[in-house]
Amino acid sequence: MEAGQLAPVAPPPGLAVARPKRQSTASWPLIDRLGYWLSWTMGVALCLIAVAIIVFMLVKGISYLKPAMFVESPSASLQQSQSGGFLDPLIGTLIIAVIGTVIAAPVGVALAAWMSEYARPASLARAVESGIDVIAGVPSIVLAIFGLLVFTQNFLGFLSQNAANGAVYGRSFFAAGIVMSLVALPLIVGSTREALAQVPDRMREASYALGKTKATTIGRVLLPAIRTDIASGIVLGMGRIIGDTAIITILLGATLTNQGVGSVPVIGALRGTGSTLTSYVYTNSPAGEGNAPQKAYAAAFVLLMMVLALNALVTRLTADRKRSPLRILLSQLGTWGYRWTR
Amino acid sequence: MQRRSGRSEDQRTERTLGALAIAVLVLIGAMIVTVLVKAWPSFSHNGLSWFGPGGDVDAQLRAMQASVPIPGHSIHYFRAWPLIWGTLITTFAAVVLALIVSIFTAVFLTEFAPGAVRRALEPVIRLLAGVPSVVYGLIGILALAPYINQHLISNSRKASVIYAVQLNGADLTTATIILAVMITPIMVALIAGALASVPTSWHEGSVALGVNRWRTIVRVSLRTARPAIVAATVLATARALGEAIMLSMVSGGRGFAANPLDGITFLFEPVRPLAATIVNNAEGLTIAPLAQTIYAIAAVLLVSAAMLSFAGWAAKQSLKRYGIRA
Repeated sequence: MEAGQLAPVAPPPGLAVARPKRQSTASWPLIDRLGYWLSWTMGVALCLIAVAIIVFMLVKGISYLKPAMFVESPSASLQQSQSGGFLDPLIGTLIIAVIGTVIAAPVGVALAAWMSEYARPASLARAVESGIDVIAGVPSIVLAIFGLLVFTQNFLGFLSQNAANGAVYGRSFFAAGIVMSLVALPLIVGSTREALAQVPDRMREASYALGKTKATTIGRVLLPAIRTDIASGIVLGMGRIIGDTAIITILLGATLTNQGVGSVPVIGALRGTGSTLTSYVYTNSPAGEGNAPQKAYAAAFVLLMMVLALNALVTRLTADRKRSPLRILLSQLGTWGYRWTR
Repeated sequence: MQRRSGRSEDQRTERTLGALAIAVLVLIGAMIVTVLVKAWPSFSHNGLSWFGPGGDVDAQLRAMQASVPIPGHSIHYFRAWPLIWGTLITTFAAVVLALIVSIFTAVFLTEFAPGAVRRALEPVIRLLAGVPSVVYGLIGILALAPYINQHLISNSRKASVIYAVQLNGADLTTATIILAVMITPIMVALIAGALASVPTSWHEGSVALGVNRWRTIVRVSLRTARPAIVAATVLATARALGEAIMLSMVSGGRGFAANPLDGITFLFEPVRPLAATIVNNAEGLTIAPLAQTIYAIAAVLLVSAAMLSFAGWAAKQSLKRYGIRA
């Protein structure tokens, strides 16, 4: 294509803008050429950093990961060959992810539905929007120690365990999972709101014309129409939950194995303490007490694979709308992303 | 009759959802109030000097842990400046680094990258955003820190400051680099999104006037995307401020106010930001004075996050003025 000839009008999907394919930079001033090459360099460098991280984790993960680690419980040992696997952390991660999303999904969808369909009074809607921004912006470590304050209250003793002197311990799967739901909430609200804003008004009008109420329209027309977006919001939230370490180290008690409380089967386990893959990596890194880097690499590799799988799931869920990965990343920013993609 | 029951059902739904919204607001309000109330003793004992320098912050925390006050001071005696300074420099350095990289990368993505490169780069950036912070921390402490320790810090440099601090690679540089890698993806996504939404006709208008493409990008696209750049910076700053786990792993774990006057050595001095301090002292939350100090640190983070959220709102207002729906 000759220089100066205009690009085709219709922009391709995604973030790229239709521009002339190539233009010689020979006639540009030096500083402009410098900028051009710098943007190439930065783009390629970022790519190389990502590839380096992936390859590094892949090599370390494959060389240290053994199938037995998936079925062995961790045990305290100075020898890395004696300290077992990460069955308990794996189960712990799943439990936390399930508790977190089971709470965050209905609350998040309901909040998003209220914010985009009712939003009355307007001042309350604005307050809720900023409130969710605050949750998204508050460091998870602050959420964690706030959670500890809440769950050590006496009347919430049934969610964790009582120490010998009657004090409530406040650290359990329940406590960590409930606080984790706050981590996932902004993502679910963001995806649901973004999707509701894109549902054409004619669908609402058709439903009203058939005599349906607003509540029925939301429940029977709008939410089913955006179910894949809700699902992708939930998966994004789950990804954030399984990657969070701060809440786990403070609210899950940081015991190596999952320690149940009492004799009630499921409730007892959930009232107890345990670990997740993130806290297992942290404990086994030089920063923690374990200092078993091989175990940490293996668990981090498994964690990374889980994140990759969830990423792929989101891509698949949104595949029919051809959203570019960066658009998905924007919706990963919760209400923030919603603001900028609107 | 049918219609009335439908309407009352509708009202009921609205009220239920509204009540849920209020409940979430109350929860957030309760969180802010509880953290501030719990933090108050630490602030009231130290006054504004809480934020100032004075003595070894780690010794102060240890004194609270052991419940033995530092001679001549109350048990609440705490001067957080080394931690605040650590937070400020790691955040500032990482955000500046990430801002430069992300502006160029966003321009590259939207303007120059061939289709195949762009299709490869976008998922890669999304992946970088999804890597858990503990994995970044692990890479930092097991790969980057030893490398810096062996190849970038000379033994004479280590010896020159050994009386005050030990240089071992877990330092300001490592923390800044890893933090920048963590926040770059979201900045790229926000800036690239804004660049892509600059009307093509504006771009074409500039090119038609004979302005070359790079100047057009700088003068038209990036200028129009300024609010998004501000927003990306605000959001990245919030992320960097709140990052606890990764920084507690790689930043050296010592409440040391790295001194820029030390020249190059400054880059290799350990720091410990506020959020990482909470992680490191989480065991002490049962000891009242230490817990109050930790909640005071949390309150500072909470207020900073709220202020950044407000700054983001302000950036959005200026976006409205530009008349662009990013």
